[in-house]
Amino acid sequence: MLKINGKPADAAGLTVAEYLARENFDARKVAVEINEEIVPKKNFAEVVLRDGDIVEIIGLMGGG
Amino acid sequence: MLTGFDQKKIFAGKVLIVGAGGLGSPAAMYLAAAGVGMLGIVDGDRVDISNLQRQILHATDDINRPKVFSARDTLTALNPEVEVITYAERATADNLADIVRDRNFDIVLDCTDSFAAKFLINDVCVALGKPFVHAGVEGYGGQLMTCLPRRSACLRCVFEEPPSIQTRAEIFNVVAGVIGTLQAAEALKFLLDVGELLTNQMLTFDALTSTFRRIKFARNKICAACKEVT
Ligand SMILES: [Zn+2]
Repeated sequence: MLKINGKPADAAGLTVAEYLARENFDARKVAVEINEEIVPKKNFAEVVLRDGDIVEIIGLMGGG
Repeated sequence: MLTGFDQKKIFAGKVLIVGAGGLGSPAAMYLAAAGVGMLGIVDGDRVDISNLQRQILHATDDINRPKVFSARDTLTALNPEVEVITYAERATADNLADIVRDRNFDIVLDCTDSFAAKFLINDVCVALGKPFVHAGVEGYGGQLMTCLPRRSACLRCVFEEPPSIQTRAEIFNVVAGVIGTLQAAEALKFLLDVGELLTNQMLTFDALTSTFRRIKFARNKICAACKEVT
């Protein structure tokens, strides 16, 4: 198990890109942080989520 | 006036608000009511009837007026001591640095409604070393972050680039009220030099669950906007 945006999630073994696609996040609009480190966007397809990771997905909001 | 707080510091404050819409309205009204001495308002749009549900600086009689003039009238009526400087133009790469320098504003509030404008404010403020408060709203959600350039993370440290798409989600009106009000709180705390600013973190709000979350991060050493040049 890992924690994504404060909630337990079953996503260990998936890459960041795979998880975002599965959950219908638009990868162009989000920043992803694993254990308080921002993951560069170019690494989304390679970085694998692991058990115990604390993950935050921050969607950029464009309205005002 | 904010009786009980350091009114001199507040009155000496100069805040630039870019965008007189859903975020800019509550931010400007609370800052004017607090007695901030100078408010700059940047907006090139005119008031449309569809704006009125959340852009509470403007009223039905203001429809078709330039937003900056409607804003000035509302703010001056609220507090005639506040000097309102109007910039009736869209913030662009050509004019924004000059506007920020025009009156040497202390802090900038990003109350704009596009990714392009938000990154423009980020880049201009980082280049000028000018503190700013990023904010955005979408649907039932909102977010804000304060940046002290080269001392705390900027928008590009976290998001790298503006998304290639601009979404036009409807905005649950009160979310803009919550987030714009928090931007005013950041500006007042900055002017008063009290408390902790929302640096190196994004505060997010979800109106559906009435939940605030705080996501912490650090500056990105290879950030295109704020990395140290040696
Ligand atoms: Zn940066």
